[in-house]
Amino acid sequence: MNTLFFRLQHRYAPYLFVAPFVVLFLTFTLYPIVKSILLSFYITNGPKSQVFVGWDNFRFLWGDPAFHKAVKNTCVYALCSVFLQLPLSLGLALLLNSRLVKGRDFFRFSFFSPHLVGQVFVAVLFSVVFIPKFGLLNRVLHALVGTAIDTKWLGSPELVMPALVLTSLWMYVGFNMIYFLAALQAVDKELYEAAQVDGAGAFKQFVHVTLPGIRSVAVFVTVLSTIGSFQLFELPYVMLGNTAGPDNAGLTVVMYLFQNGFIAGDLGYASAIGWTLTMGVLVISLAQMRLTGTWKKES
Amino acid sequence: MGWQRTSLYAMLMLCAVVMLTPMAWLVAAAVKGPDDLFHYLFFAPLSRFSLYNFRQLFEQIPYVRFMINSLFVSGATVLVQLFFSSLGGFALAKYEFVGKRVIMVLMLTTMMIPAQVMLAPMYELIYAMGLVDSYVGLIVPGAVSVFGMFLFRQSMLDLPDDLLQAGRMDGCTELRLYWDVVLPVQRPMIGAFCLIAFMGSWNNFLWPQIVLHSQERFTLPIGLNQMVGLYAQEYGAMMAGTLLAVLPVVLLFFFLQKEFISGLTSGAIKG
Repeated sequence: MNTLFFRLQHRYAPYLFVAPFVVLFLTFTLYPIVKSILLSFYITNGPKSQVFVGWDNFRFLWGDPAFHKAVKNTCVYALCSVFLQLPLSLGLALLLNSRLVKGRDFFRFSFFSPHLVGQVFVAVLFSVVFIPKFGLLNRVLHALVGTAIDTKWLGSPELVMPALVLTSLWMYVGFNMIYFLAALQAVDKELYEAAQVDGAGAFKQFVHVTLPGIRSVAVFVTVLSTIGSFQLFELPYVMLGNTAGPDNAGLTVVMYLFQNGFIAGDLGYASAIGWTLTMGVLVISLAQMRLTGTWKKES
Repeated sequence: MGWQRTSLYAMLMLCAVVMLTPMAWLVAAAVKGPDDLFHYLFFAPLSRFSLYNFRQLFEQIPYVRFMINSLFVSGATVLVQLFFSSLGGFALAKYEFVGKRVIMVLMLTTMMIPAQVMLAPMYELIYAMGLVDSYVGLIVPGAVSVFGMFLFRQSMLDLPDDLLQAGRMDGCTELRLYWDVVLPVQRPMIGAFCLIAFMGSWNNFLWPQIVLHSQERFTLPIGLNQMVGLYAQEYGAMMAGTLLAVLPVVLLFFFLQKEFISGLTSGAIKG
């Protein structure tokens, strides 16, 4: 009896252990995914009324100037994240990884600390940093140039995106640096010694030892920050006072989804936006993995 | 060598100053009186130290209420996620069972799908279940963290099977094994996950914004955001509110710093 109980509980324990995951996954992930595919073919007004419209949502999206603007803004932001922020993160990690550095913990903490402040709180803080006359940024610029600066960072369409990129640099450079630093520290030291024996200078060592050594982490970080960038919402939404900014300069795809689904109440159109976003993100991240040759290693 | 070292430190210090400046400015702005706010760039003289902004903050919005709500929601979320994710991770790491591969594949695939796509149907569900404007509706959909399950699976793969077998010999049931043998040795990973989960929940905005409707249930991010809309000119109070909202995470980070960094990077380096 006792041994039977033990055999049975051993056998069924893993099912019990994954049961909460399975139940919640089916209800709050798989079902919503399937349902949102269906919803994207409907026009809805709140959760109650729905009319089937076929591909109309997607057709409308295709010619929707606000959506184009949102895609453009989001892409610009994502490009800046990958080509501006990640090189800076790697640069910081290289500096910190130098054998000459003492007090690494202090620097690591000061670079990383902005990440502890959540997006919403960063947005509130920077909405004040960017205010015209008295904001931190304009005051610092004033001190550097000598004349009073009255730039309306969040009030002029062409400056909203630079302000957003600047903020996200502050927020994420140190966070991504942590990954690069860990990767750098995992590179085999003997490889550097061997390269030195072969007479390779610092630059050659970087190209032939460092880069191959951190490649898989670099791809991971690139894909992750691309996916993250495409989901940009809180930062501009809160920073711009729950608007899309002047001339929709801070409108992002997710913000447009939110506006349509949860302010205007059309969950169908919101789902169509969501799936367009998903397809875009999937294609881009798969392309990134393929280009960098990590396709097969995915397992 | 000396020259190299000096320039290295100069660069690092410059970066550190740039990164820390907004934080210092935030702290300074929070403890300045209304007349000093823009008069001094950073800190006013100590004699002019003022809690005016905090008084404003507490008078204008139910900030303490938001703080308590946030602490409750995040605390509950962390506990629930920790339990379910580590349990699931344990099963994936140390058992063979039907459907294991399917689960792994599903987890990987859905991690690639942005969560925003599920917002609309999730709201419908919550609405149909009558859970709109409730903490249950806020917490339950995210009660199992896929990321957390991966994290725990990764770190539990290294658990020696002998340890588990020894436990079984001593008559431990599998659940006991998980509780008394596995969890204690997973302490570093638990620390890391607690911080990651806490930050996620503490800073969460979109889902609470959709689910919660009445102000007395608001968490800090939505409460503060609402304040920015209502009192856009109250910069001092806004800074005080932001400062207080950031403190719990910073405190937790100081306790769990080591675990956090290693937990964050372990998945990336290994696989």
